[in-house]
Amino acid sequence: MVTNVTSFGRSGLYDWMIQRVTAVVLLAYTLFIVGFLLITPDVDFQQWQALFANTAMRIFTLLLVLSFAAHAWIGLWCVTTDYIPMTGLRFLVQAVTGLMTFVYVAWAIHIIWGV
Amino acid sequence: MLVSVYRYNPEADDAPYMQDIHIDIPGGKDIMVLDLLQLLKDKDPSLGYRRSCREGVCGSDGMNMNGKNGLACITPLSAVVKKDKLVLRPLPGLPVIRDLVIDMAQFYAQYEKIKPFLINSTPAPAIERLQSPEQRAELDGLYECILCACCSTACPSFWWNPDKFIGPSGLLQAYRFLADSRDTAQAERLADLDDPFSVFRCHGIMNCVSVCPKGLNPTKAIGKIRNMLLQRAT
Repeated sequence: MVTNVTSFGRSGLYDWMIQRVTAVVLLAYTLFIVGFLLITPDVDFQQWQALFANTAMRIFTLLLVLSFAAHAWIGLWCVTTDYIPMTGLRFLVQAVTGLMTFVYVAWAIHIIWGV
Repeated sequence: MLVSVYRYNPEADDAPYMQDIHIDIPGGKDIMVLDLLQLLKDKDPSLGYRRSCREGVCGSDGMNMNGKNGLACITPLSAVVKKDKLVLRPLPGLPVIRDLVIDMAQFYAQYEKIKPFLINSTPAPAIERLQSPEQRAELDGLYECILCACCSTACPSFWWNPDKFIGPSGLLQAYRFLADSRDTAQAERLADLDDPFSVFRCHGIMNCVSVCPKGLNPTKAIGKIRNMLLQRAT
């Protein structure tokens, strides 16, 4: 058993499961947006705002943002543990990544409920 | 033909270098790479490599031949030589002791972690623990591994984390004991594997499958371990 406190869920299985589940959410959202753009080719500001004014769309978008954050964290954590062998530098990069992820999530929530 | 061999003698050389040797194959026959190495050694007895059984059973002569890991003794020149040139390097990712000889301590340390022996807490029967033919068949494609390290040293995940990721060879062996009907330590074995590195550092690159000289499939075994972990946790 290899222990590591910086991974998303400590357990490898948990990280693996979260990575898969969030990937499905990202795919579903992508398909939805692509579908929306296909059926509304000349999308204007009113249509775009009406779409995001809908509470269901806001919840879906929040789900996307949280999924994206978890997915990105697990992926980038893997990249940093592979390619940055120096513990201090690796921890610093991971901390900056975590901080940026948090800022993006908070900012995204502000945008979603600001339209 | 031209053979370019990785040479490094830590007692004499500051750094490793490639030695180019022109050699004529007697009778132009399609000999094995190990036979070619013997011809090179006849020319230059200082060349170091491991070998033993010369028939793909002992797993001693794993090396990188024109970029692909394999056993020199069962790899004919016709399978690897391109444009009359062969580049021989030690297996990548592990420390070089000398020339084509690598230090496999990290590889064996990972093997040791998975407890490569049967654990059974029930009283031993008078003669032996029997298996049905079906139970025995579960071990096919697993028990054949000869620990040559061709797979683990072809795996980028193992290159970056040889101290944490068990690697394809160790995981194939881990599943060999998880799948054995005579083993009673399945829960403990799985608990030891459920961390972000031991199993889950495998990203399905499948270099292991492409190089295994015995035609085994570590990626499939790793998938089965993952399924067992999932079954246990959901």
